[in-house]
Amino acid sequence: MSEIHIDRKVLSDLQEVMEDGYLQLLETFLADSEIRLSQLHGAKNADELAHAAHSFKGSSSNMGAVALAELCRQLEDRVNHGPLQGIEDLINQIDREYAAVRGLYCDERQRVSIG
Amino acid sequence: MNQVCADVEALSVLIAEDGAADRLLLATIVRKQGHQVLTAENGEQAVALFAERRPHVVLLDAMMPVMDGFEAARQIKALAGEALVPIIFLTSLSEEQALVRCLEAGGDDFLAKPYSPVILAAKIKAMDRLRRLQATVLEQRDQIARHHNHLLNEQRVAKAVFDQVAHAGCLSAPNIRYLQSPYALFNGDLLLAAYTPAGDMHVLLGDFTGHGLPAAVGAMPLAEVFYGMTAKGYGLAETLREMNAKLKRILPVDMFCCALLLNLSFQRRVVEVWNGGMPDGYLLPASGGEPQPLVSRHLPLGILAPEQFDDTTEVLPLALGERLFLLSDGVVDTSDENDQLFGVERLRRVLAANRQPALLFEEVLQALDGFRGRSRDDVSLLDIEVVEPQLLSPPPVIYSDSGQSSPLDWSLQFEFRADTLKRFNPLPYLLQLLQEIHGLRAQSGALHSVLTELYSNALEHGVLGLDSALKRDARSFASYYQMRNERLQALSEGFIRVHLRVEPGPRGGRLIIEVEDSGKGFNVSKVLARPVSEQGLCGRGLNLIRRLSRRAEWVDEGRRACVEFAWEALA
Repeated sequence: MSEIHIDRKVLSDLQEVMEDGYLQLLETFLADSEIRLSQLHGAKNADELAHAAHSFKGSSSNMGAVALAELCRQLEDRVNHGPLQGIEDLINQIDREYAAVRGLYCDERQRVSIG
Repeated sequence: MNQVCADVEALSVLIAEDGAADRLLLATIVRKQGHQVLTAENGEQAVALFAERRPHVVLLDAMMPVMDGFEAARQIKALAGEALVPIIFLTSLSEEQALVRCLEAGGDDFLAKPYSPVILAAKIKAMDRLRRLQATVLEQRDQIARHHNHLLNEQRVAKAVFDQVAHAGCLSAPNIRYLQSPYALFNGDLLLAAYTPAGDMHVLLGDFTGHGLPAAVGAMPLAEVFYGMTAKGYGLAETLREMNAKLKRILPVDMFCCALLLNLSFQRRVVEVWNGGMPDGYLLPASGGEPQPLVSRHLPLGILAPEQFDDTTEVLPLALGERLFLLSDGVVDTSDENDQLFGVERLRRVLAANRQPALLFEEVLQALDGFRGRSRDDVSLLDIEVVEPQLLSPPPVIYSDSGQSSPLDWSLQFEFRADTLKRFNPLPYLLQLLQEIHGLRAQSGALHSVLTELYSNALEHGVLGLDSALKRDARSFASYYQMRNERLQALSEGFIRVHLRVEPGPRGGRLIIEVEDSGKGFNVSKVLARPVSEQGLCGRGLNLIRRLSRRAEWVDEGRRACVEFAWEALA
């Protein structure tokens, strides 16, 4: 199964918009995402979980992390409409997907700093 | 990728978004579009920043900590007041419910993630257009309110001036009842009444086209003419000609004045009527019954050129206790919710059914209320009762000069021939002249009445040869006046001579008036011998002349009347 982790077109559009701010955007996203993940894991109730999933979905879709955004959307949906069974599984998938894209964004960050 | 366009106005945009990366991205996009950006992390910050910096447009994330987007939107809208501050919700909420919440909270539009710079630019532009539209509307509303107040004030001033010009005249006479709306002037409604020097009454009920100041402005010159000429003793015809000419000259082409004029003589018990475009007036019999309409037979004033203007009046006999009822068009034109008109028939029924004159106005207004379901405050009503002349007391004329310069020893003779008699009324000039005799001023009314009677006798019975017996009853009355007009139009020969002589006396002086006509004369002793009541309508008012003067006699087979007035010297 080939997944698209990051939509390259989105990244290039972002770089065009942000220009010199592209690097800062990447770094901000990475820092932001760590916070989002801990919110996901640390959620004490359904509302908090749904909120964290929603926000993460938004930011990752803006950054072109398509698969990650889709997983977050599923999580949000499951929290709001059920079934709640097996939801930890979904969260774990998110962890893994994020790990994958994080590497790609770090690579991107390096490419830009050198270039 | 969109570039900054030259025609984009730089706005101040507030972005409230709790995700740091998203916030950074959005801020950059908006800044690149040429706008100034303010950022907030949550709803509370957003509201505070809005209150302080008053941005033009607000982009709000729906879900934020501390205060969410919905609450922030409500507070921002409240702070904005009348002005439109467009709020664009940033949301990936796709459920209908959630979107409805956005709108209910005051949101004007949505922007979905991932953010599209192109769509964002379009939305900001569209929202800004709305914002400016609202601002224009508010500004114009305020401007309109200012102008409106200004106009109201001008109207107040105009009304104050008008009230001085068109004072009540003799509307306060005991035999007159009237109802007029306080807004009458600005509806174009006019009600004027004044005594003539002879003690007769001129009345005008008018209706100018239009509303507001244009309608009111025509009323002033009209009132001036009416009062001025009436006070000098001019008749209805001359006054009408002057009013028509004046309005024709000064009013724009599409403006005119419908008018109904009356010349009531309580001494001679006749009324002269001219109705140009007003609803029918009515002559109400003394003891109830069918009212007689005074129909419009002319075009309103201010339409025809002087050469084409028709000043012909109708003359009707009056009996004691009869009443003249005039009304503006608001009555007959009243319509109910089915667009049915109140109409003349309903009005006539109300008039015919009335038993107590004092209640007539109420009965008419009640009938209108009942018909329309609502009351009207813009109709004018006038009710004049035919009474004995002694009941009316015209106020004494105030003269501006003292007794020193009075001419006391002179004589004057005029001869008016056929062509002149057709179109010229010499009475106002003669009376103006006699006004100079200060000693006679106290008898001014009598003097006017006598001269008028002498002149009309000389013209109608003398030169035109009309038989005074024809005025015996109401029916032949109308044909008498018709014949009078016909014969006057056709007149080619004849004359009236007026000789005035003023002589000083031991303690004052005397005025001798001689009026001579080219007619066939009449049997003086026979007419004088008739009992007074018979002389009423017909006859030549000979007893009236005798009563009002010191001495009166008819010589030359009735063709020449000699009347004398005398006075004592003023202290």
